[in-house]
Amino acid sequence: MSIVFWMISALTLAGGLAAVLLKNLVHCALAVTVAFAGLALLFLQLDAQFAGFAQILVYIGAVAILVVFAILLTRNSETPKEGGVFSRTWLAGLAVAAAVFAVLGWAVLAGAKGLPGGAAAAPAVTVNEIGRALMGRYVLPLEIVALLLTAALIGAVIVAMHETLNVNGNGRAK
Amino acid sequence: MVEKADQIFVLLQHWLVSFFPLAWQHAAGVVLDVVGIIVAYPTLFALAVLMERKGLGRMQNRYGPNRVGPFGLLQPAADGIKALIKEDIVPFRADAVVHFLAPLVLVVAVFMGLAVLPMGRNMELVDMDASLLFVFAMGASTELSVFMAGWSSRNKYSLLGAMRAVAQMISYEVPLLLSSVVIVMMTGSLSLTKMVEAQNHFTGIFPHWYVFTPWGLAGFVMFVVAAMAETNRSPFDLPEGESEIIAGYFTEYSGFKFALFFLGEYVGMFGIAGLGTTLFLGGWSAPASFLTWVPSWIWFFLKVELWICFFIWVRGTLPRLRQDQLMNFAWKFMLPMTLVNLVDAAVWRFMGEGWLRWVVCAAIVAGAYALMGRGGMRRQGLRPRSYRYAE
Repeated sequence: MSIVFWMISALTLAGGLAAVLLKNLVHCALAVTVAFAGLALLFLQLDAQFAGFAQILVYIGAVAILVVFAILLTRNSETPKEGGVFSRTWLAGLAVAAAVFAVLGWAVLAGAKGLPGGAAAAPAVTVNEIGRALMGRYVLPLEIVALLLTAALIGAVIVAMHETLNVNGNGRAK
Repeated sequence: MVEKADQIFVLLQHWLVSFFPLAWQHAAGVVLDVVGIIVAYPTLFALAVLMERKGLGRMQNRYGPNRVGPFGLLQPAADGIKALIKEDIVPFRADAVVHFLAPLVLVVAVFMGLAVLPMGRNMELVDMDASLLFVFAMGASTELSVFMAGWSSRNKYSLLGAMRAVAQMISYEVPLLLSSVVIVMMTGSLSLTKMVEAQNHFTGIFPHWYVFTPWGLAGFVMFVVAAMAETNRSPFDLPEGESEIIAGYFTEYSGFKFALFFLGEYVGMFGIAGLGTTLFLGGWSAPASFLTWVPSWIWFFLKVELWICFFIWVRGTLPRLRQDQLMNFAWKFMLPMTLVNLVDAAVWRFMGEGWLRWVVCAAIVAGAYALMGRGGMRRQGLRPRSYRYAE
């Protein structure tokens, strides 16, 4: 638990907290981006180069931009939320968040028992091995993810396509 | 003697580091490398800006700047002083924090991308196993700064320019990455230093650069086009369309912040030119086996300067692409071509040595281009223009 780890964790937590506490929605999206960057730095600190750079490339380069576009194009983001940043159903939200955290914590701690204890050297996973694992042992999850992405893409195209005139002339013109 | 000239910057850094106490030497070495990059690239940027204005001027049948200094050589200095002393105007309703951070994010991301380029033998700042992924990650971070700049200005035209810029950069990132994946496939590593070393062999006098293979040539052409689109250069500069939306996403920036955006754009150009050189043109390796006595960093920077000259040349020549033409080109032509290129490289790899694979792979690439390019043009149904005059 070096000083670098504490600094990066502080950055990530600050980003996460700012993402839920700020009033301006685009500021919240940018704070989430800072949290993503913090996560990427944590991956890099653990010597997982591929995971860290893929995190930056995918999350900051695509997901954050998607979130920002979605905020911009769908709601009036300039007026701050009425009634502050805490919603009326905060107790239910707290209960759900605590339940999710409990499940995740239990999963992580239960899995950590199986790891070699002490300061064992972390396996040096190169991109080569990730590639071989993806194409060999984990090829079925890879294909299922590809199918899921194709379905999402087709869905997006259908939603965004212009409607054609149907027989009664009720649809919007193409 | 030849090795000394080749490694002169490395030896200089070792000599300077030896003045520091032993505990600080590693940190001092890193700081010295970073200072070297920060000194070298803005100097190149100044020269590139001058070259662009003179070059564009000549192509447009006029002199470029020629008042400040002989042949306008001190013009970048004058521009720098002007940028420093201009008033920094922030619009009243603009989002001050994000408005301030946007050029910073751009410059930081762009300079980070330069950290892994092998600028000569043993001359990369950091040698990572996944350095290509790092460069693309930094390139993806620049899109965020473009969006931040456009949104925080509270200006319709800035926002429009930012939306167009981000859409364009995201669209062209896919062919950019896919055309580099071919190189990764053939080298077997994501490390840029290994890619240069794989190209540093000669048969006879010809170098083994990847651009001299059919799939390498196709990948190179697509990389050049995607690189022009990524850095918002003409003919893809609709986001900063100077004749349409003033300056697009950096309309509301003045003074030093505008200079930072300008610097970020040009250093981004250098970065992507350096990446393209490393991937396709052999990085720091010499173009012929009898020229290996020339220091490696000279070859690298010469190739990067050639890229910049080509960018300036294209800017002065081609008209701007419209937004829908741009997006159609990216998704309907370049993406399928890059996928065909991947198949082509795989065919090359598994066909074994010999002249047959040259013929087959060249035929695949040329056939795909003919089918998709020409077919796509015919599908658009371009007819001679018809005019309708007001009566």
